[in-house]
Amino acid sequence: MTAVLNVSGVRKDFGDVPVLRGIDLQVSEGTVVALIGGSGSGKSTLLRCINLLEVVTDGVIRLDGEDITDPRVDADQVRRRIGVVFQSYNLFPHMSALRNVSLAPRVVGKLAKADAESRARELLARVGLADKANAYPDRLSGGQQQRTAIARALANDPRLLLLDEVTSALDPELVGEVLDLIKELKAQGMTIVMATHEMGFAREIADQVCFLDQGVVAESGPPEQVLGNPSSPRLRQFLSRVLRHE
Amino acid sequence: MSTQPSAAEGTVALSAVELDRRRYRRQRAWRSTAIAAVSTLVFAGVLLVAVTHAPGWEQVKSTYFSGSQFSDSFPRVLHGLWTNLRILAVAEAIILPVGLTVAALRTVKGAVFFPVRGILTVYVDVFRGIPLIVLLYLIGFGIPALGESWLPSSGITLGTVCLVLSYGAYHAEVFRAGILSVHPSQRAAARSLGLNHAQTMRLVVLPQAVRAVIPPLLNDFVSLQKDVGLVSILGVIDAVRAAQIDNYSTYNYTPYVVAALLFIVLAIPSARFADYMLARQIRRQQAGAVV
Repeated sequence: MTAVLNVSGVRKDFGDVPVLRGIDLQVSEGTVVALIGGSGSGKSTLLRCINLLEVVTDGVIRLDGEDITDPRVDADQVRRRIGVVFQSYNLFPHMSALRNVSLAPRVVGKLAKADAESRARELLARVGLADKANAYPDRLSGGQQQRTAIARALANDPRLLLLDEVTSALDPELVGEVLDLIKELKAQGMTIVMATHEMGFAREIADQVCFLDQGVVAESGPPEQVLGNPSSPRLRQFLSRVLRHE
Repeated sequence: MSTQPSAAEGTVALSAVELDRRRYRRQRAWRSTAIAAVSTLVFAGVLLVAVTHAPGWEQVKSTYFSGSQFSDSFPRVLHGLWTNLRILAVAEAIILPVGLTVAALRTVKGAVFFPVRGILTVYVDVFRGIPLIVLLYLIGFGIPALGESWLPSSGITLGTVCLVLSYGAYHAEVFRAGILSVHPSQRAAARSLGLNHAQTMRLVVLPQAVRAVIPPLLNDFVSLQKDVGLVSILGVIDAVRAAQIDNYSTYNYTPYVVAALLFIVLAIPSARFADYMLARQIRRQQAGAVV
């Protein structure tokens, strides 16, 4: 069985600054991979490369076996197979929750307006926001905005969901509702790669945890091993810094 | 029982401190209004006395503020203004899409579009750089001089073309600023959903960009209203030209005062609308803040 996502030898330089120095990563169907690491370790850059928002400097990324880093591949086609949720939600402020979620099915999926909206209503119900369909983003709490963003990311029925520190901008009491939703998505079989600072959550939900450090996957494995019994001093140092506040 | 009439406070009585604060604010507001009113009246009075006591005042009064000349010229200048309004409507209807298209195309990335970006940059630089009156002379008299029968030769048409070329460049820059003001994360979000560049522009970036630039666009619009008067140099009988014709036959300048008043009346709705839109935008961005 081929992995849903296969990243091999990916490098990314910004000018003279190497951010990713050769990343290897395999994500099988229905699993959750958590990327951890300090700021600047390359977590977000890796996610942006996978979604083709950045052009890799070298290396290959395969989605369902297809080399998506090949310039002959239609990037828009690839992106609609990947859902992305951003740290600061990035909802479209001039559209209601319903239009935010129905936009991709209408424009990209070419569904009729009524079909796209009924699909969007289903998705909003799935994230527990059926009653907020007509609300604009500025009338929603952070947690509600992020759940709308998750519904939007699911609208194309993606093969892979990328979550970029989706709880980092939320008030502590709102983090739970978003994490519960992600747990549900995993239970439904979604394949997820997430950059996160929530170590407790990573331990609970991830099948594999990757510690990114200085642009490489410095340590990776099941959460008990990586988080419970870190082998490198840098990971131990990182964990002690993060966990002190948990 | 509250002494305040406000319904929002319900039955909760206000504290003595709050009542005192409100008394102070009311007092201060009343005092500021009074000071402003008195100082305005004094200033206006001084100005009035100064003007009416100037040595040439009697001469100015009969030349600029002649009642009979005013009522005589008013219908002709008003009729001329109708021409201004028609030119204004047609010009703005073309300028808006021209500006938006130029701005949108200037932000397209990719080497293939280099010639397009280059041409549009030259267009904006050239037509924003040429004074409108010079442009009117060049195009308004240059095009008919070519003697080609298929080219337009009427002053109204050529004047409108000049206004479109000049204000299209201004509008394009306003729209471009609006496009650049939309945060890149909005583009990232749209592209990550699989929308292509054009779809992202049309559905996500432009709606937000246009909303952001409505106040500056209205400002340009007010400016355009006045600049339409410049087409009079091409012989179009607009409000300015109509006033000029009367002035030439009577040596009285009251017709220009008529034109000035009519242009002001024309500008007020646009100016108030611009203020309203700006206030609405500020209200949205900082709901409830004091400063």
